[in-house]
Amino acid sequence: MEVVAVRKPGGALVITVKGKVDTVTAPKFGEYLTKAVEKTENALIVNLSELLFISSAGLRVILGTAKKLQEKQSEFLLAGLKGHVKEVFEIAGFCTLFKVFDTEESALEQVG
Amino acid sequence: MDRLSQIKLPAKLENLTAFLQSVKDCAGEQGFAQKKLTEIELATEEILVNIFNYAYEGDPEYARVTCGLEKGRFIIEIEDGGIPFDPFSLDSPDLTDDIGERRIGGLGVFIVRNLMSDMQYRRESDKNILRIKV
Repeated sequence: MEVVAVRKPGGALVITVKGKVDTVTAPKFGEYLTKAVEKTENALIVNLSELLFISSAGLRVILGTAKKLQEKQSEFLLAGLKGHVKEVFEIAGFCTLFKVFDTEESALEQVG
Repeated sequence: MDRLSQIKLPAKLENLTAFLQSVKDCAGEQGFAQKKLTEIELATEEILVNIFNYAYEGDPEYARVTCGLEKGRFIIEIEDGGIPFDPFSLDSPDLTDDIGERRIGGLGVFIVRNLMSDMQYRRESDKNILRIKV
Protein backbone atom coordinates (compact mmCIF):
# COMPACT_ATOMS: atom_id res chain seq x y z
CA MET A 1 0.00 0.00 0.00
CA GLU A 2 1.14 3.50 -0.84
CA VAL A 3 -0.59 6.74 0.10
CA VAL A 4 -0.02 10.16 -1.49
CA ALA A 5 -1.55 13.39 -0.17
CA VAL A 6 -1.91 16.54 -2.29
CA ARG A 7 -3.50 19.88 -1.35
CA LYS A 8 -5.40 21.30 -4.34
CA PRO A 9 -6.04 24.96 -5.18
CA GLY A 10 -9.28 25.80 -3.39
CA GLY A 11 -8.24 23.84 -0.33
CA ALA A 12 -9.46 20.29 -0.97
CA LEU A 13 -7.12 17.57 0.26
CA VAL A 14 -6.75 14.59 -2.11
CA ILE A 15 -5.53 11.28 -0.73
CA THR A 16 -4.57 8.72 -3.38
CA VAL A 17 -4.20 5.16 -2.11
CA LYS A 18 -2.49 2.56 -4.26
CA GLY A 19 -2.09 -1.21 -4.04
CA LYS A 20 -3.83 -3.24 -1.34
CA VAL A 21 -5.74 -2.23 1.76
CA ASP A 22 -6.26 -5.49 3.62
CA THR A 23 -6.38 -6.44 7.29
CA VAL A 24 -2.59 -6.08 7.52
CA THR A 25 -2.26 -2.65 5.87
CA ALA A 26 -5.59 -1.09 7.00
CA PRO A 27 -4.25 0.24 10.35
CA LYS A 28 -1.56 2.23 8.49
CA PHE A 29 -4.19 3.50 6.03
CA GLY A 30 -6.24 4.54 9.08
CA GLU A 31 -3.30 6.50 10.49
CA TYR A 32 -2.89 8.36 7.18
CA LEU A 33 -6.58 9.20 7.03
CA THR A 34 -6.71 10.32 10.67
CA LYS A 35 -3.91 12.80 9.91
CA ALA A 36 -5.70 13.82 6.71
CA VAL A 37 -8.93 14.52 8.63
CA GLU A 38 -6.99 16.81 11.00
CA LYS A 39 -5.61 18.72 8.01
CA THR A 40 -8.90 18.85 6.11
CA GLU A 41 -10.48 22.26 5.74
CA ASN A 42 -13.46 22.13 3.39
CA ALA A 43 -13.20 18.72 1.73
CA LEU A 44 -11.32 15.43 1.67
CA ILE A 45 -11.28 13.40 -1.54
CA VAL A 46 -10.03 9.81 -1.53
CA ASN A 47 -8.87 8.73 -4.98
CA LEU A 48 -9.23 4.95 -5.31
CA SER A 49 -8.37 4.63 -9.01
CA GLU A 50 -5.08 2.84 -8.28
CA LEU A 51 -6.40 0.67 -5.47
CA LEU A 52 -6.34 -2.99 -6.48
CA PHE A 53 -7.79 -4.67 -3.39
CA ILE A 54 -9.83 -3.70 -0.34
CA SER A 55 -11.28 -5.83 2.44
CA SER A 56 -13.74 -4.92 5.19
CA ALA A 57 -10.85 -3.66 7.36
CA GLY A 58 -10.32 -0.94 4.74
CA LEU A 59 -14.04 -0.21 4.50
CA ARG A 60 -14.13 0.36 8.26
CA VAL A 61 -11.34 2.94 7.91
CA ILE A 62 -13.32 4.72 5.15
CA LEU A 63 -16.50 4.72 7.25
CA GLY A 64 -14.66 5.95 10.35
CA THR A 65 -13.12 8.76 8.31
CA ALA A 66 -16.53 9.80 6.98
CA LYS A 67 -17.96 9.90 10.50
CA LYS A 68 -15.14 12.17 11.71
CA LEU A 69 -15.55 14.50 8.73
CA GLN A 70 -19.27 14.70 9.30
CA GLU A 71 -18.59 15.88 12.86
CA LYS A 72 -16.23 18.53 11.44
CA GLN A 73 -18.87 19.44 8.85
CA SER A 74 -16.34 18.89 6.07
CA GLU A 75 -17.15 17.18 2.79
CA PHE A 76 -16.04 13.61 2.07
CA LEU A 77 -15.86 12.38 -1.52
CA LEU A 78 -14.68 9.17 -3.17
CA ALA A 79 -13.31 9.10 -6.69
CA GLY A 80 -12.16 6.59 -9.29
CA LEU A 81 -13.79 3.37 -8.08
CA LYS A 82 -13.44 0.48 -10.50
CA GLY A 83 -13.23 -3.29 -10.79
CA HIS A 84 -13.03 -5.30 -7.59
CA VAL A 85 -12.96 -2.20 -5.39
CA LYS A 86 -16.15 -0.85 -6.96
CA GLU A 87 -17.86 -4.22 -6.53
CA VAL A 88 -16.99 -4.37 -2.81
CA PHE A 89 -18.14 -0.75 -2.25
CA GLU A 90 -21.42 -1.52 -4.01
CA ILE A 91 -22.07 -4.65 -1.93
CA ALA A 92 -21.34 -2.69 1.26
CA GLY A 93 -23.80 0.03 0.18
CA PHE A 94 -21.00 2.60 0.19
CA CYS A 95 -21.80 3.89 -3.30
CA THR A 96 -25.11 5.25 -2.03
CA LEU A 97 -23.83 6.16 1.45
CA PHE A 98 -21.08 8.44 0.12
CA LYS A 99 -20.64 10.95 -2.67
CA VAL A 100 -18.94 8.93 -5.41
CA PHE A 101 -17.39 10.33 -8.58
CA ASP A 102 -15.90 8.63 -11.63
CA THR A 103 -12.76 10.75 -11.55
CA GLU A 104 -10.79 12.96 -9.18
CA GLU A 105 -11.41 15.89 -11.54
CA SER A 106 -15.20 15.55 -11.31
CA ALA A 107 -14.97 15.30 -7.50
CA LEU A 108 -12.86 18.49 -7.44
CA GLU A 109 -15.43 20.30 -9.59
CA GLN A 110 -18.09 19.36 -7.04
CA VAL A 111 -16.23 21.02 -4.16
CA GLY A 112 -15.25 24.03 -6.24
CA MET B 1 -13.31 -33.92 -2.20
CA ASP B 2 -9.94 -34.45 -3.89
CA ARG B 3 -7.56 -32.45 -1.77
CA LEU B 4 -5.17 -30.14 -3.61
CA SER B 5 -3.59 -28.22 -0.73
CA GLN B 6 -3.85 -27.79 3.00
CA ILE B 7 -2.33 -25.38 5.48
CA LYS B 8 -2.73 -25.40 9.28
CA LEU B 9 -1.15 -22.66 11.37
CA PRO B 10 -1.85 -20.81 14.64
CA ALA B 11 -4.90 -18.56 14.22
CA LYS B 12 -2.94 -15.32 14.29
CA LEU B 13 -2.85 -12.30 12.01
CA GLU B 14 0.90 -12.79 11.44
CA ASN B 15 0.00 -15.98 9.54
CA LEU B 16 -2.63 -14.39 7.30
CA THR B 17 -0.23 -13.92 4.38
CA ALA B 18 0.87 -17.57 4.49
CA PHE B 19 -2.74 -18.81 4.57
CA LEU B 20 -3.72 -16.56 1.66
CA GLN B 21 -0.67 -17.48 -0.40
CA SER B 22 -1.56 -21.16 -0.09
CA VAL B 23 -5.10 -20.52 -1.35
CA LYS B 24 -3.96 -18.13 -4.10
CA ASP B 25 -1.37 -20.62 -5.37
CA CYS B 26 -3.89 -23.42 -5.47
CA ALA B 27 -6.70 -21.36 -7.05
CA GLY B 28 -4.22 -19.87 -9.53
CA GLU B 29 -3.46 -23.34 -10.87
CA GLN B 30 -7.17 -23.83 -11.60
CA GLY B 31 -7.08 -21.11 -14.23
CA PHE B 32 -9.52 -18.67 -12.61
CA ALA B 33 -9.62 -15.14 -13.99
CA GLN B 34 -7.96 -12.41 -11.93
CA LYS B 35 -11.33 -11.04 -10.75
CA LYS B 36 -12.34 -14.43 -9.35
CA LEU B 37 -8.92 -14.89 -7.74
CA THR B 38 -9.31 -11.54 -6.00
CA GLU B 39 -12.77 -12.52 -4.73
CA ILE B 40 -11.39 -15.83 -3.44
CA GLU B 41 -8.60 -13.96 -1.63
CA LEU B 42 -11.04 -11.48 -0.10
CA ALA B 43 -13.47 -14.17 1.07
CA THR B 44 -10.67 -16.24 2.63
CA GLU B 45 -9.21 -13.18 4.35
CA GLU B 46 -12.54 -12.12 5.85
CA ILE B 47 -13.35 -15.57 7.23
CA LEU B 48 -9.84 -16.08 8.62
CA VAL B 49 -9.69 -12.66 10.28
CA ASN B 50 -13.00 -13.42 12.00
CA ILE B 51 -11.45 -16.64 13.32
CA PHE B 52 -8.32 -14.81 14.47
CA ASN B 53 -10.39 -12.19 16.30
CA TYR B 54 -13.28 -14.17 17.74
CA ALA B 55 -12.93 -17.96 17.57
CA TYR B 56 -10.76 -18.48 20.63
CA GLU B 57 -11.46 -16.98 24.03
CA GLY B 58 -7.96 -17.66 25.42
CA ASP B 59 -4.76 -18.23 23.48
CA PRO B 60 -5.50 -18.68 19.79
CA GLU B 61 -5.27 -22.26 18.58
CA TYR B 62 -5.33 -23.15 14.92
CA ALA B 63 -7.03 -22.48 11.62
CA ARG B 64 -6.88 -24.94 8.76
CA VAL B 65 -7.56 -24.11 5.12
CA THR B 66 -8.05 -26.91 2.62
CA CYS B 67 -8.48 -26.47 -1.12
CA GLY B 68 -9.80 -29.23 -3.33
CA LEU B 69 -11.96 -30.29 -6.22
CA GLU B 70 -15.36 -31.93 -6.07
CA LYS B 71 -17.31 -32.75 -9.22
CA GLY B 72 -15.19 -30.22 -11.08
CA ARG B 73 -15.91 -27.40 -8.60
CA PHE B 74 -13.15 -25.68 -6.64
CA ILE B 75 -13.79 -25.97 -2.91
CA ILE B 76 -12.25 -24.03 -0.01
CA GLU B 77 -12.82 -25.36 3.50
CA ILE B 78 -11.87 -23.16 6.43
CA GLU B 79 -11.82 -24.84 9.85
CA ASP B 80 -11.19 -23.78 13.43
CA GLY B 81 -11.58 -25.40 16.84
CA GLY B 82 -13.08 -22.36 18.55
CA ILE B 83 -16.46 -21.44 19.94
CA PRO B 84 -19.44 -22.28 17.71
CA PHE B 85 -19.93 -19.54 15.16
CA ASP B 86 -22.27 -19.68 12.20
CA PRO B 87 -21.46 -16.74 9.91
CA PHE B 88 -25.00 -16.95 8.53
CA SER B 89 -26.40 -16.12 11.98
CA LEU B 90 -25.17 -12.51 11.82
CA ASP B 91 -27.61 -9.76 10.98
CA SER B 92 -26.83 -7.95 7.76
CA PRO B 93 -25.83 -4.32 8.16
CA ASP B 94 -28.65 -1.88 7.49
CA LEU B 95 -27.60 -0.42 4.15
CA THR B 96 -30.15 2.38 4.47
CA ASP B 97 -28.51 3.89 7.58
CA ASP B 98 -26.81 7.22 7.01
CA ILE B 99 -23.13 7.86 7.84
CA GLY B 100 -23.81 8.77 11.46
CA GLU B 101 -25.91 5.66 12.15
CA ARG B 102 -24.00 3.16 10.08
CA ARG B 103 -22.30 0.48 12.25
CA ILE B 104 -18.55 -0.03 11.77
CA GLY B 105 -18.65 -3.83 12.22
CA GLY B 106 -20.29 -6.80 10.50
CA LEU B 107 -19.28 -5.88 6.97
CA GLY B 108 -16.74 -8.63 6.28
CA VAL B 109 -19.04 -11.63 6.56
CA PHE B 110 -21.79 -9.71 4.75
CA ILE B 111 -19.48 -9.11 1.77
CA VAL B 112 -18.40 -12.76 1.67
CA ARG B 113 -22.03 -13.91 1.72
CA ASN B 114 -22.69 -11.68 -1.28
CA LEU B 115 -19.57 -12.63 -3.25
CA MET B 116 -19.74 -16.37 -2.68
CA SER B 117 -23.21 -17.65 -3.44
CA ASP B 118 -22.53 -21.25 -2.52
CA MET B 119 -21.36 -21.38 1.08
CA GLN B 120 -22.20 -23.86 3.84
CA TYR B 121 -21.44 -23.87 7.55
CA ARG B 122 -21.32 -26.95 9.72
CA ARG B 123 -20.37 -27.70 13.31
CA GLU B 124 -18.59 -31.03 13.51
CA SER B 125 -16.91 -32.53 16.61
CA ASP B 126 -16.09 -29.19 18.24
CA LYS B 127 -14.97 -27.64 14.96
CA ASN B 128 -16.43 -24.88 12.84
CA ILE B 129 -16.17 -25.73 9.17
CA LEU B 130 -17.06 -23.27 6.46
CA ARG B 131 -17.20 -24.71 2.96
CA ILE B 132 -17.10 -22.36 -0.01
CA LYS B 133 -17.84 -23.65 -3.51
CA VAL B 134 -16.32 -21.36 -6.12
